[in-house]
Amino acid sequence: MFAALPTQAHARLVRHRMLFLKEIPMGLVNFLLRRLLAAIPTVGALVVATFVIMRVLPGDPAIFFASSPVPTAEETAYVRQKLGLDRSVPEQLLIYLKDIGSADLGMSFTTGRPVLTELRERLPASLELATVALILALTVSIPLGVAAAIWSGSLFDHAARIISSIGVSMPTFVTGLILTYVFFLWLGLAPEPVDRIDMFITAPPRITGFLLIDSTLSGDWAALQSAAGRLVLPSVTMAIFVLSPLTRMTRSAMLGVLSSDFVRTARAMGLSDRTVYVRYAFRNALLPVLTTMGIVFSTMLGSNVLVERVFGWPGIGSFALNALVASDYAPVQGFVLLMGLLLIGINLAIDVAYGLADPRARRAS
Amino acid sequence: MLIKTEPPLLSIDRLAVEFVTPNGRVRALDDVSLQISTGEIVGVVGESGSGKSVTAYSILGLLPAEANITSGSITYLGSALRELGGRELKAIRGSEISMVFQSPQTALNPIRPVGAQIADVVMAHSPLNRAQAAARAIEALREVRINSPERRVHAYPFELSGGMCQRSVIAMALACAPRLLLADEPTTGLDVTTQRAIMDLLVELTRSRGMSTMFITHDLGLAAQYCDRVIIMQSGRIVEQGLTEQIFMTPRQPYTRRLLSATPQAHTKLIDLIPASEQQVFKVSSPLTAASKPNRAAVGSPVLRVRGLTHEYPLHGAPRSLLRLLGRRQRSDKDGANKFRAVDGLSFDVAQGECVGLVGESGSGKTTTSRLIAKLVRPTAGSIQLNGEEIADADPRAFARSAMRRVVQIVFQDPAASLDPRRTAFEAIADPLRRLEGIRRPAELGRRIRDICDLVELRPALLGRYPHQLSGGQKARVGIARAISVYPALVILDEPTSALDVSVQAVVLNQLDRLKRALGLSYLFVSHDLNVVRLMCDRVMVMKSGSIVEQGKVDDLFRDPQHPYTKSLLNAIPRIDFEVDAGSGAKQLSNFP
Amino acid sequence: MMQRISALLSHACRMVARNGVSLAAVGIVTLLLCLALVGPMLTAYPPYVTDLANVLSPPGRLHWFGTDQLGRDVLSRVVASARIDLFVAVCAVAASFTVGVGIGGLAGYLGGAFDLWTSRVAEMVQVFPLFVLAMALVAALGNDLRNVVLATAIVNLPFYIRLARVEVGVLSTQLFVEAARVAGNGDARIISGVLLPNVMPNLMIQLSVNLGWAILNAASLSFIGLGIRPPTAEWGIMVAEGATQAMAGHWWLIVFPGFALALAVFAFNLLGDALRDMFDIRSR
Repeated sequence: MFAALPTQAHARLVRHRMLFLKEIPMGLVNFLLRRLLAAIPTVGALVVATFVIMRVLPGDPAIFFASSPVPTAEETAYVRQKLGLDRSVPEQLLIYLKDIGSADLGMSFTTGRPVLTELRERLPASLELATVALILALTVSIPLGVAAAIWSGSLFDHAARIISSIGVSMPTFVTGLILTYVFFLWLGLAPEPVDRIDMFITAPPRITGFLLIDSTLSGDWAALQSAAGRLVLPSVTMAIFVLSPLTRMTRSAMLGVLSSDFVRTARAMGLSDRTVYVRYAFRNALLPVLTTMGIVFSTMLGSNVLVERVFGWPGIGSFALNALVASDYAPVQGFVLLMGLLLIGINLAIDVAYGLADPRARRAS
Repeated sequence: MLIKTEPPLLSIDRLAVEFVTPNGRVRALDDVSLQISTGEIVGVVGESGSGKSVTAYSILGLLPAEANITSGSITYLGSALRELGGRELKAIRGSEISMVFQSPQTALNPIRPVGAQIADVVMAHSPLNRAQAAARAIEALREVRINSPERRVHAYPFELSGGMCQRSVIAMALACAPRLLLADEPTTGLDVTTQRAIMDLLVELTRSRGMSTMFITHDLGLAAQYCDRVIIMQSGRIVEQGLTEQIFMTPRQPYTRRLLSATPQAHTKLIDLIPASEQQVFKVSSPLTAASKPNRAAVGSPVLRVRGLTHEYPLHGAPRSLLRLLGRRQRSDKDGANKFRAVDGLSFDVAQGECVGLVGESGSGKTTTSRLIAKLVRPTAGSIQLNGEEIADADPRAFARSAMRRVVQIVFQDPAASLDPRRTAFEAIADPLRRLEGIRRPAELGRRIRDICDLVELRPALLGRYPHQLSGGQKARVGIARAISVYPALVILDEPTSALDVSVQAVVLNQLDRLKRALGLSYLFVSHDLNVVRLMCDRVMVMKSGSIVEQGKVDDLFRDPQHPYTKSLLNAIPRIDFEVDAGSGAKQLSNFP
Repeated sequence: MMQRISALLSHACRMVARNGVSLAAVGIVTLLLCLALVGPMLTAYPPYVTDLANVLSPPGRLHWFGTDQLGRDVLSRVVASARIDLFVAVCAVAASFTVGVGIGGLAGYLGGAFDLWTSRVAEMVQVFPLFVLAMALVAALGNDLRNVVLATAIVNLPFYIRLARVEVGVLSTQLFVEAARVAGNGDARIISGVLLPNVMPNLMIQLSVNLGWAILNAASLSFIGLGIRPPTAEWGIMVAEGATQAMAGHWWLIVFPGFALALAVFAFNLLGDALRDMFDIRSR
């Protein structure tokens, strides 16, 4: 709004604002609108791409989307007609879009329920795992990266680099299995890698679907303890895998910023170490780290499937995988669509956060 | 001679600083001693590597980790700065001794508003709270002559011009009323007119606050004009120091003399730039045959004829349809809605053997003009005739293969950036020979390149080196060698010496002049430095906002400028003219009328 | 030309020898390549031969890595896997590298509409998490080795397109590229003689790290049953088959293949760093 107004009115508004708020992020609303509008064609591309992969590519999609592993001839014909496979590809696309638009993602014959319902029920499990893993990864990698930059060249720096390199070299399923072996089988510290909560403890009433939040809200401490306990190993497994890119990026961003001209100015003006490191160095170093988060999230959503398989986690990943193995393709399509949407949403959020943090990004270029 | 009775504000005694590099220990400062008293402006002048910046960094303890002060002392108001702990040193920085740097736009935090950065400094050194510090920030901006400081306080550095950024940095440095200001090349990279404004500001602030300023620069003209005392440094040592008029009127050391003569001034000639002892007679080893001279235009007709040259850049903005969708009012533009006209209807000639200067500040369009004539960009409209042949409409990519490509060549501004880091000097010079003259056989190529090396005085032993192994002057010579290797008719020189030290510049300019006469070249000399243009060029054109505001013979323009813009440009050049008033014996600058 | 290659090689050897880490990286990668090429000929037991009298025996004198639930020697199977995993990785990365760098480089150089549309297409692929897309592609195209290579190559393509686009785009604005043009070089020569040599180092570094990723990807796909399938010996399959057994205490079934996998990926990551040193012209 503010960017399009002539300057005098702008100045008056800014002066008004000065009385009430600290500072208005310049042109933020414009920026948000632009980003949202840019995301719409991406969603469109996502839907079309999913169509291409799942409908156009397979040999005979009718067999893939039938409701049993060995469909009868009438069944196949019925599915073919319903999916419009006897029509041209553009018409198929329209049917597909209509289905998606009316929230009809098909039926899963392995569970006998609509795909949308299954995904909706299982999504919080996967999201909770991914969120906890990300928080864990950030809590470790950012301080590690900052420390490695401040004490660059030291033994600590080299050790941090080697450890995170090892972490990213091991696939999540290997890390998960080894962690389970050590902590569950050998040391007996971790609970069984099956499900999110002990089967003898009743789950708290479903408010958000996130067990940690729900059990806290209903004061159910036994459930909270069990749920938290079961979250430890899978989230650590996921976190280890993304430690390396995050630490490395934090370190190089911090190193770059610490040797920059404006940090030299800040030091020359006698600002305290804390101000220099936090307000001048760290905030600026976070910008490239923020960009890396997009890739990190993509990796985590990808490894979701593997981790859920190893730990028997009842999320969307294991749902899709079980369906895939049983040649039940409607859930796989729904899963791919959902993953794409999640990624677009997350990238949008990161873009917005970046725009908030860096005023240069908000310029109408 | 005045004898100062009070103790000096800052006293540096026999300071020595060493840098630890992969190639061993390097002495950056050796036995440096100087003093600065209250209220005086001291200039520290030197070329690159002289150690002038290192001195300033040592005072504030800002040396990088690989540097050590090995001996000597720095005393400020009686306390030895080297013995202070971290916290005491930080208390002094910004509030007692402040520093201002080069390249102001990178000196400020890009994601923090300018006012907040000033407020940070204020709060670090005084018990003011955030609101009070913010008010103080507005005051500080006002003191450096920034208009509407209440609005600018919220601006980010990328929204401000170079001059305004530097004023903001000065505001930051002076917000806590320090007694000593260290200014490290504060005007390098700024336009001439902005440079003058900033220097005037610094002098005014110094005098009005009773402050002292240490002004570090490579520009002798600036030192002569603004400083009370001058210290000349070379390779980490102080060569000479004294009152400004003493140094400039009666320099004692040979280095000082050489530096003075190398600085282009109002009345010097090109050859004067080099001390008499080093002037050599120039010999061409293998005289050029008629065959190697490029096609010359018919006698009398110009080498370059430009008419109505225009170039527009499209501006990027939110697409019109989107704006309409959101119901926003569109920006009302007249014609050229989303375009920026960099060059607007330029017309001029360059005659055979002439050197024509193209002068302007940043944004004047001179760089775009040079790229248009060099056929790196295709103009929106207009005609460019080279040796009588029209080349304006040629597509830049196709032009590379045409026969006219060898007729116009260009020497780029930054020698380091214009050389492929993965190719040796030999390959860089051989490139146009291979492409434009089709010389393949190594023997012939080698001979030709050696001839060119003689012409530009580049030692053949350097040919096998990569750019990062060459000095600034050597890189400049490789760039020049590459441009003249095919004996073009017109050479565009785009600020060829602005990145070089003054003494190196003197040599390179003389070389360029000799080359012009020996090879019968014509030059289009693009520069912001009017003194250099006066030395090198026969005619000069002044550009502003895409148009030529004035053009004419060099001497005429300098003696009697017509256009107000030309007058302001000439006014802004720092000069080293001293006249002694017979009566009082005081110095008088014969600069500004 | 030959002179330049030999100069480059000798410089490479010097750089590698200087740094212990690079030496280790090059050493391990060479070892892996040897194992892939000749390994199966050197192991004592063929990887597919079962020995039901000797199931699930722990590492010992006869079987250094133990045996699995069908009595097959784990060591031979680990060595045999190197071949197939490296093969898949090299094929997939080679394909996506050549196509991606070609398209991305042109897009960065030419700009304009071509650049715009290339970015759009790359974006469409990047809309999905990489592994999810690979999974979907293999599921859709058919569950065999060829499709694993194809899926990995497709998923990897946008990475190279974007990388090449940015690298070439930034480089095209440098003064020495303009100087090359003024010296009479046409488009083809500028791309091959100026842009490519300057862009290659960074691309090589990314290539090396990318090879590590491709190995991980192939192993992950076969872990969930896509692509390479039993009884082929492959690290991912070995871990998948050994998982249930491992929980009964037979740790060697997952530790050795897992460790081999990690070592391969780690070595390629480290190699990337070593390449960076080698290509730095300032060290010559």
